[in-house]
Amino acid sequence: MSSVRVLVGTRKGAFILTSDGKRKDWKVEGPHFAGWEVYHVKGSSVDPNRIYASQTSAWFGQIIQRSRDGGKTWETPGGGMEKTADGMPKGESNKFVYDGVPGTHMWYDGTQHPWEFKRVWHLEPSLIDPDLVYAGVEDAALFISKDGGVSWSELSGLRQHKTGANWQPGAGGMCLHTILLDPKNPQRMFIAISAAGAFRTDDGGETWKPINRGLRSEFMPDPTAEVGHCVHRIAMHPSRPETLFMQKHWDVMRSDNAGDLWSEVSDNLPSDFGFPIDVHAHEPETIYVVPIKSDSEHFPPDGKLRVFRSKSGGGDWEALTNGLPQEDCYVNVLRDAMAVDSLDSCGVYFGTTGGQVYGSADGGDTWNAIVRDLPAVLSVEVQTLP
Amino acid sequence: MIRVALPHHLRTLARVDGEVSLEVEGRVVTIGAVLDALEARYPALRGTIRDHATLKRRPMVRFFACEEDVSHEPADMILPEAIASGAEPFFILGAIAGG
Repeated sequence: MSSVRVLVGTRKGAFILTSDGKRKDWKVEGPHFAGWEVYHVKGSSVDPNRIYASQTSAWFGQIIQRSRDGGKTWETPGGGMEKTADGMPKGESNKFVYDGVPGTHMWYDGTQHPWEFKRVWHLEPSLIDPDLVYAGVEDAALFISKDGGVSWSELSGLRQHKTGANWQPGAGGMCLHTILLDPKNPQRMFIAISAAGAFRTDDGGETWKPINRGLRSEFMPDPTAEVGHCVHRIAMHPSRPETLFMQKHWDVMRSDNAGDLWSEVSDNLPSDFGFPIDVHAHEPETIYVVPIKSDSEHFPPDGKLRVFRSKSGGGDWEALTNGLPQEDCYVNVLRDAMAVDSLDSCGVYFGTTGGQVYGSADGGDTWNAIVRDLPAVLSVEVQTLP
Repeated sequence: MIRVALPHHLRTLARVDGEVSLEVEGRVVTIGAVLDALEARYPALRGTIRDHATLKRRPMVRFFACEEDVSHEPADMILPEAIASGAEPFFILGAIAGG
């Protein structure tokens, strides 16, 4: 019988929630890496037992963790006692060094500021090779490991794009937080940066193109500039990689030409501000967002935690409330904290800054709290296991 | 043998309990030599105490030797005999900050 494994990153460690296909009874295991911020945990679709985690700390920096047994045990790849022939430690799995002279980008005050590595926000395992994994980092850059996280190198064509010196951090830092791999075209991927915007490569990461036409950000001197948009998250359905959905700082958007042009689909949402956006596993036009009141009030409108679902790819949004708190709820749902499973009845999951992880086994019609009192949730991913 | 006291999170990362003991090469024991020996013995700690590339101490990490804060001393500072002989441990601390 199929089962699911929900991988939760929090401010104080990682947790693994498991259930059978009914998704009614859950086992909560953790914390892994207790006391550390875990920005993201994600498993390989090729080898589900291979899981990568980004463990980070303001004190001690970045650690990459890897599991080869579905999260039962973990290792810092290359960080063990294994040595190279000349006696040096093998691998430097937490060494993220920008390619060449790092250069500068725009700082909050408009001056130029050196690029400085801070942490890994997102890990995206390849769709074909469990040893190949991408890392989206702050300050915004894309790194790749081809040896299971033992060593990393930058795909510097992105950061060296001619607009790079104009990229500016958002309130949460200048983070590369979204990496989407095109399942039909291994040379194509999409990334998003707060607050530079979305970019696409069609040559495996060598060169990149900003894909922000159609976005409008009123806080910018030129609201339709090529870069500078605070994209919070983009999502795609694997069967239709040309179609992208975006939760921008404000505005929910869609594109049907791989990001070449976006149009707004916020329609009747109570607020079009928010962070996560995701797509139903079997219905490419069914999408989910969690409206948040505003950029200065990061909680749901009216104290009601509502997921909104559109079955028409944007527009005609319906509030999903059954099982979610509808009064006095003032949590936030962060950009990487929503995921869907691929069981026949699609499961939808999200975590809150209040430490709750909610799950729905029926595409969002009804919800239950899987766990209520974790540390603030930073990320949620789910693996559907045979 | 040099004794090094690590903060909780780095002990967890290195998978050790309590202090660690290290052989440090050379006639004199410096801060840099202790860190070199520590990272060689426990490669998982590389990058957590000082930057990989610049070898500068991470801002929220502190070093103490014989009740003196030596965090701002250069890496080639010679540590006191009590540290070199193992009578006293070399302390690596995480700054008290945050929640």
